[in-house]
Amino acid sequence: MSTELDVFVGNTTVLDEDVYQLWLDGHTVSNAVRIRMEAGALQECEANAEVLHSDTMDQFRTFQMCERLLQSPSKVANQLLFQIPPHRQTMLIERYYEFDSVFAREVLGKKLSKGTKKDLDDISSKTGIALKCCRRQFDNFKHVFKVVEELKGPLVENIQRHFLLSDVLARDYAAIVFFANSRFETGKRKLQYLSFQDFAFCAGQLISYWTVGAVNNVMEDLDVDLEKEFLHDLKDLKVLVNDKDMLDQHKSLVCAQLRGKIKVFSEMEASFKNLSRALVNIASKLTHTKDFRDLFIDLVEKFIEPRRSDKWTIGDLRLFLKHYSSSVHTLEAFRHQVIWDRYMGVIKSCILKMYHD
Amino acid sequence: MPGKLKAKIVAGRHLPVMDRASDLTDAFVEVKFGNTTFKTDVYPKSLNPQWNSEWFKFEVDDEDLQDEPLQITVLDHDTYSANDAIGKVYIDIDPLLCSEAATVISGWLPIYDTIHGIRGEINVLVKVDLFNDLNRFRQSSCGVKFFCTTSIPRCYRAIMVHGFVEELVVNEDPEYQWIDRIRTPRASNEARQRLIFLMSGELQRKIGLKVLEMGGNAVVGYLQCFDLEGESGLVVRAIGTACTLEKISTFPATATYPSNSSPSKDMKEPGFGEETPGVPLSSGPPTPLRAQTFSSFSPSKSYSRQSSSSDTELSLTPKTGMGSGGSAGKEAGPLKALLRQQTQSALEQREYPFFTLTAFPPGFLLHVGGVVSARSVKLLDRIHNPDEPETRDAWWEEIRQEIKSHAKALGCHAVVGYSESTSICEEVCILSASGTAAILSSRFMQDGPLDAEHRFEEVVSPGCGFCHIPYDELNIPFPAQLTYCYCCRHYKVPDVLFTTIDLPTEANVTGKGCLIQARLCRTKKKAQGEGNATAISNLLPFLEYELHTQLMNKLKLRGMNALFGLRIQISVGETMLLGLASATGVYLTALPSPGGIQITGKTPSDITYEQHISNMQKKINDTITKNKELYEINPPEVVEEIIGSPIPEPCQRSRLFRSHSESSDEVSELDLSHGKKDAFVLEIDDTDAVEDIHALLTDFSIPAGFYSCNTEIMPGIQNWTSAIQMFTSVRVFRLNNANLTNQGLNKIFSDLCENLLKSLYFKLRSMVPCCLCHLNFTVAIPEDELIQVAVTAVAMSFDKEQSLENGKQSGEKTLIKAITDEQLQFNLELNAETSSSNPLSSPKGITMEKASPLPEGRSRSLRSNRSYSGSSVAVVKMTPLSFIPGAKIIRYLGIINMFFIRETTSLREEGGVSGFLHTFIAEVFAMVRAHVAALGGNAVVSYSMKECVFMENPNKNQAQCLINVSGDAVIFVRESELELTSVQPQSATTQTSNCGEGT
Repeated sequence: MSTELDVFVGNTTVLDEDVYQLWLDGHTVSNAVRIRMEAGALQECEANAEVLHSDTMDQFRTFQMCERLLQSPSKVANQLLFQIPPHRQTMLIERYYEFDSVFAREVLGKKLSKGTKKDLDDISSKTGIALKCCRRQFDNFKHVFKVVEELKGPLVENIQRHFLLSDVLARDYAAIVFFANSRFETGKRKLQYLSFQDFAFCAGQLISYWTVGAVNNVMEDLDVDLEKEFLHDLKDLKVLVNDKDMLDQHKSLVCAQLRGKIKVFSEMEASFKNLSRALVNIASKLTHTKDFRDLFIDLVEKFIEPRRSDKWTIGDLRLFLKHYSSSVHTLEAFRHQVIWDRYMGVIKSCILKMYHD
Repeated sequence: MPGKLKAKIVAGRHLPVMDRASDLTDAFVEVKFGNTTFKTDVYPKSLNPQWNSEWFKFEVDDEDLQDEPLQITVLDHDTYSANDAIGKVYIDIDPLLCSEAATVISGWLPIYDTIHGIRGEINVLVKVDLFNDLNRFRQSSCGVKFFCTTSIPRCYRAIMVHGFVEELVVNEDPEYQWIDRIRTPRASNEARQRLIFLMSGELQRKIGLKVLEMGGNAVVGYLQCFDLEGESGLVVRAIGTACTLEKISTFPATATYPSNSSPSKDMKEPGFGEETPGVPLSSGPPTPLRAQTFSSFSPSKSYSRQSSSSDTELSLTPKTGMGSGGSAGKEAGPLKALLRQQTQSALEQREYPFFTLTAFPPGFLLHVGGVVSARSVKLLDRIHNPDEPETRDAWWEEIRQEIKSHAKALGCHAVVGYSESTSICEEVCILSASGTAAILSSRFMQDGPLDAEHRFEEVVSPGCGFCHIPYDELNIPFPAQLTYCYCCRHYKVPDVLFTTIDLPTEANVTGKGCLIQARLCRTKKKAQGEGNATAISNLLPFLEYELHTQLMNKLKLRGMNALFGLRIQISVGETMLLGLASATGVYLTALPSPGGIQITGKTPSDITYEQHISNMQKKINDTITKNKELYEINPPEVVEEIIGSPIPEPCQRSRLFRSHSESSDEVSELDLSHGKKDAFVLEIDDTDAVEDIHALLTDFSIPAGFYSCNTEIMPGIQNWTSAIQMFTSVRVFRLNNANLTNQGLNKIFSDLCENLLKSLYFKLRSMVPCCLCHLNFTVAIPEDELIQVAVTAVAMSFDKEQSLENGKQSGEKTLIKAITDEQLQFNLELNAETSSSNPLSSPKGITMEKASPLPEGRSRSLRSNRSYSGSSVAVVKMTPLSFIPGAKIIRYLGIINMFFIRETTSLREEGGVSGFLHTFIAEVFAMVRAHVAALGGNAVVSYSMKECVFMENPNKNQAQCLINVSGDAVIFVRESELELTSVQPQSATTQTSNCGEGT
């Protein structure tokens, strides 16, 4: 005796958000049933295991049928097969595209290719996220990347328009696309302490201030490529460390501002040249693709780690960076104020975001 | 005389990729009607083609317009090989032929392929210019309106109810013409779909002609069915009730009624069609099947009455007369329905005084006698001449005659809530018909005097009048216990009433109702031909008897005394028969309180046995008490008086006989638990009975917050919210163990139904408090060892806070509040543009509709609102009920009657049988919604899935399914919006001054 067929179809598609989450998390039906039982689903409505199993099967099937639509969310609103109220459609889409930041952190900066897909097994066992779930997230990344790659205009807006995601989620996807496109090095051991959110923040900064799209609104292609001209101009900043007068003047201006305000004043005063050189060197090397990809590792190795070993507090660092960058404005001989601000604005916020254990 | 059909193909979207190389499609469209075909240009390389074609015009006879569907085929152009079909759309033109229905079909319709399912959508425009035809000999019946709804549709008034119309057409089934050749699935499926569309059209046209002949203009309660007889052919048959309807035009007048107004209020309305949605039309009364079943002591005799079974060859013994003789013969003679003579004569002139209605205009239904049913077993043979389907006609005629005579035996001249069905297995076919014997007022009858008011012969209170017995108490057709009506105390009523109709709205009911089901499985030997038919005929009476016993027991167990909406389905398979009886139990205040159930043992000497019995007795009593509480059944205590029972000992009368060997001295010595002298006695003399009682007691109780019924409304619940969820659930169960006993099978079948219900409650738990209405179970035995159960119902939330009494008031209150709010808003707006000459250019689209006095204008503006408001899809509600809670149906757009076949040769890849069927049902819903939306509607009422035939062959990775659905497409408006418009004119003039305060 066995149930051969068991379906339930509502005129308005019946969707259980909790079960949806279980499905998204890549659970098998029997696993999901167990979890639901543990969560006390049996107390509801005098259900038994059989009822729960049937319901779970049915819901999983429904989600599976919806999946095809969810892959192109714009279709969800004007398809006829499922009658789903608009707010539920939004929920379905948003949840489908949500991802685990642990997973995203692993994939960040990697090429979204078949090769990486093969590594998902490892990522799955490392993060404890079900392989099925990893696959979905990876496919979503790849899919979003593929779609936006060919589109003109602002990245976040494109993602929002095509995938109908919330602003927050769209920004996260923009970061992923940006990293995948620029292939930043993120996998080094020294960078392991940085979370996805750290990188996503930095990506946001880079996209907002350094990309082609940031200055020019009429775009030809994906606007996440960094503006070449700007990167080239960064070389001019070298004068800040190469010109001794300027360096001294800069140092005295900063010291004047910070004296008595930071605990690590003496260390700062002693190593000002190194500090400044580290930041300016990073800037001047960004034209080379190789160095550009190492932006984050450079920031950590050349600037963040030394400060940490000198036990700078985040407050000290913030003050230093503030005055370090603003003092340049009073250097009369320095002619690259605009470039400097554009560079330091981003670098400052990235460093501050990345400066933690 | 001709009409001109015009079609325009606008665009397509979401088309499948047909060319792998380019990932695109070169689509074009063929538009076909009759033998004429037009083509659009090829729209190259696009999945969203914009054809924007010219108007394709077909000049055709209106006869063809009725019969033929418009066929739209989307193809992929291929330069080198044959063009590939992407899919098809069939459009039923019928709604456009009636001036009051839809005027144009316009919208996105799913492109359907029988192998791949829905493959994108196509946007079309279809119109019809019809020239008036005054030819008396015409073959068409354009303009006759069809309704699936089994009551007078909401925005109409019945001028006349003419009576029964029926028709059937037969044809060869294309599926069986492939036998010698290799079957090509797509071609075969499409041929069948097309054929059934054609046959339905023809059938509808023919029925329409009959209606016109009778002088009517509409068919209400239209029920169309297919019999897939296999090699012997395909039968499409339909029954309905011909009426003359008049549209109620002044809808704003009554619109001021509060949404939750009580039924009684509505009753006073001249147009019953105007009733508020929460309250269906008055419906008829109930009467006991019980009467028949328990009437005679020898079971064999009494059954024959409901189920005179006949197999073609053997049926020369006319079951009609003889079989039912036991009781029918007895009282046929001295019928003394003097008062109703006139009506009766009017009815007697009709061949069949049958009505497919289940709810009636007030004052139409006078008395109810009880359920009448007839079954017959036939052997199918090839239909040799499809144009003369005489055999099938004759079969039904035979059954209808029998029903008629049963009704007569109950002293009734009419049968209401009438329906017909079949069950086919190989070459055996069971034909069934059932209805409720009743006496009707001549008020709506053609032959009766027109001044209907004088015809109210009996001044009876509407709350109990229908319960009063129609038969003569001295010539009572069966032994029944009669008492004076507990409401009016003037007329006699039976102790139990079974009916197939809905609970009349005006009926006095105590407490709430609930779904009651009797389920039965009987094994049968495999046999062929006549032998098989005989075996089935012999089993049928026992099956029915036990179903009734179960129903009666369960009814008593719930402390109720009447069943409404009784539907007994008997399904035949090769090795078993399934019986499923569903009904809604209620406690009618007019009827006596049911006695308890009392068990007696056969061997009273055994002490442990007695212990056991008294335990069981206690359980039963507890259950009854619990149920009474649950369903709020606490009728006022009244002194009973028993009258005119022809049988002296009440106990004996109501006993269920388990064995034939009962002797009179067995009469209970046990104390009757409920102190009633007529407690229902269950005698336990074999294991069967013990099992049955166990089954009785182990019935799953409904989770808190849920109610269920299979009728339109649930007594005791009126404050519906607008949240409704229609659903279909299908289960197929495989019996792996071939050697099951009847008991084992019963248990499995019963569990299957119970588990299904449990799952439904669980699924819908978010809607609590809620009632599952119109729970319609369909059972089938698709193949040996498989049991299929399909359920379609609607879950409706209600407001628990408001108790019954103040429900109305608070309902009014909230409504008034809503109105004032809206008014204020409106006034504000008005202020903003004081000179506005058109105060109705208000925010809500619907308001505009109402402002327009022309119905056409109304629908158009509604449409324009709908289809051009961006890409999002219009919401279409679906419900098996005839109304939508909290809303008013303002227009019927025509009948939806669709038939689809889906087949797959990659079952596993589509998610197995469940995945396959899930998708298919979702697709069917989608297509129904799309067609309704294209007609300009926003809901389907009286929706039903009449057929769901599922076949699988897992070894070949194949499955096939046929689904037939029907319903009425309507436009509804929310009552709050309706309020708004009706109040607006006043507010515009008088209340402008208030608005300052309001803000």
